[in-house]
Amino acid sequence: MSIPPNSYRSGPDDKGHFGGYGGRFVAETLMPLVLDLERAYDAARDDPAFRGELGAMLKDYVGRESPLYYAERLTQHLGGAKIYLKREDLNHTGAHKINNCLGQILLARRMGKTRIIAETGAGQHGVATATVAARFGLPCVVYMGEVDIERQKPNVFRMKLLGAEVRPVTSGSRTLKDAMNEALRDWVANVHDTFYIIGSAAGPHPYPAMVRDFQTVIGNETRAQMQAKEGRLPDLVVACVGGGSNAIGMFHPFLDDASVAIHGVEASGDGLDTERHAATLSKGSPGVLHGARSYLLQDRDGQINEAHSVSAGLDYPGVGPEHAWLKDQGRVQYFSASDKDALAAFQLLSKLEGIIPALESAHAVAHVMRVAPQMESDKLIAICLSGRGDKDVFSVAAALGEKI
Amino acid sequence: MSRIADRFAALRRDNRAAFVPFITAGDPDFETALALLQALPEAGADLIELGIPFSDPMADGPVNQASYLRALASGMTLPKVLDMVRKFRKGDAKTPIVLMGSYNPIHAYGTARFAKDAAEAGIDGLLIVDLPPEEDEVLRAPAALHGLDVVRFVTPTSDAKRLDTILDGASGYLYYVSMAGITGTKVISSDETEAAVARLRARTRLPATVGFGIKTPEQAAAVARFADGVVVGTAIVARVYENVNAKRAALVANVAEFCSELANSVHAARGKDV
Repeated sequence: MSIPPNSYRSGPDDKGHFGGYGGRFVAETLMPLVLDLERAYDAARDDPAFRGELGAMLKDYVGRESPLYYAERLTQHLGGAKIYLKREDLNHTGAHKINNCLGQILLARRMGKTRIIAETGAGQHGVATATVAARFGLPCVVYMGEVDIERQKPNVFRMKLLGAEVRPVTSGSRTLKDAMNEALRDWVANVHDTFYIIGSAAGPHPYPAMVRDFQTVIGNETRAQMQAKEGRLPDLVVACVGGGSNAIGMFHPFLDDASVAIHGVEASGDGLDTERHAATLSKGSPGVLHGARSYLLQDRDGQINEAHSVSAGLDYPGVGPEHAWLKDQGRVQYFSASDKDALAAFQLLSKLEGIIPALESAHAVAHVMRVAPQMESDKLIAICLSGRGDKDVFSVAAALGEKI
Repeated sequence: MSRIADRFAALRRDNRAAFVPFITAGDPDFETALALLQALPEAGADLIELGIPFSDPMADGPVNQASYLRALASGMTLPKVLDMVRKFRKGDAKTPIVLMGSYNPIHAYGTARFAKDAAEAGIDGLLIVDLPPEEDEVLRAPAALHGLDVVRFVTPTSDAKRLDTILDGASGYLYYVSMAGITGTKVISSDETEAAVARLRARTRLPATVGFGIKTPEQAAAVARFADGVVVGTAIVARVYENVNAKRAALVANVAEFCSELANSVHAARGKDV
């Protein structure tokens, strides 16, 4: 065992590394841009005017703070620890993604960029990006895999309503990773005027740190709300992990609280023992993709494997580099939930609490369905309910064999 | 001296630019790509860039990406790329070969072991698109140990300060990316490129090759008047694809003929009026 660091919250170093992960593995064409972005972000982060502008928008436009809701019936049903839901599903646009998009578009404006691009999987990040682009009057192109376009039609139409152009990506597995490839290519070709709003805590430095910082509002609020409601910190914090942005935002403020156990939940699709899953940290190995070194789903020759999950937002063969480091450090434990588990949790939360969760978030709920009954009733769990499930009703109906 | 340095020194004496074709190792299959590789020196290639197939290339356009996927579908792997070069070296000891591609296959192979095996296979340099100077130390140290050059990219977005970083530790030659974009999508502006190459010359003695966006013998000749080397990739890869249903010998002959036209144009460029 290595000696634990003084703080789990001090990374990345000045080259963007979290231990052996992260970094800036990008084409030389992008390096000046990435360096420029880092300088601009460092300056903005320390500027009270920027923080004030972001805070005001988060309050009045997003509707923060989001509630920390005691899920009484779910708690009773599971018969163990007391379960709270951090209601990111109640944010404007219906997920946590907007927290980050607002931060990045304010930064884009500061930098004088006039065109916005983004990649999207489930479409939540695309919708959030299209939303802030509309709000600030900037043209927006969203890259989305053809497969995802098919299974997330409501979000595709939403983006179009918001004035964004959705460009279908037909290469590779036609899902999130390919959309990210395509967005990076667009950025390489249009570096002079374009700001790339990455939606996950992945990509080259400074994105993983920047996205995390914009998402830590989730964990910071949860911390204060739990203190106010229960007079103490939660015993367990849980979030789903695809690229890992809601999870790192939820986890980061708790990393140095030794009493708080932290569980990330990946999508194991058809099962960890099959080839159809998206459990990068559980089953992957370190490699370099999309600008960072992290865990990847790959074959022996370093070719990227396709991920699979019923949830488009978790269907990604990589993961944010800080999660890779936290896994190796042992500070965060990573588990998985299958498509079947997630569908069961999706239905259970809908019926017991009147809350239809995003399929992504349902993976976190599914994990809690397993662990809460094992815990004493005086223990506290906080789940990041990262998004709402309206977008998923068609794919859930299909998975359950119902016609709508 | 290395094969790369030898070759550029000889070209300088002859006052001509290098013709540098790029092909993807294993496109459309191992044997065809090997036959094409073996035909390139005869077709006028002074240095060859051999692409390592990768499932998720970040800096390549659709044409090259499709060629990587064809190669992967035919069973290509990084060890087989080395094998291809070993076979090539049995018949050609002089033409430098530089592997070009993304880092992850090398990372998976084991970077230090790869540098050793690549040098032993007869590879002369590595051009890894997603290893900028900030991240390439992991490759440069073992590469230097085994006499491999790590070629670096210079782009239209590289300002004077950035150039300091790029030149510090660069070896073999420089690859000037003649446009800010992915491979094979636009046509270059040769005036801007000439000015950029002139700025490079003022800073370094390393040869400057130019690539991205050069598709025709005419464009290649225009660049050959001022650059030390002219890289043509996508246009050649597209030729391979056009002939993908032809017999192996016909594919090789057709692509080699296109390369000959490009090579003749590059080699004659400085003899023409400028």
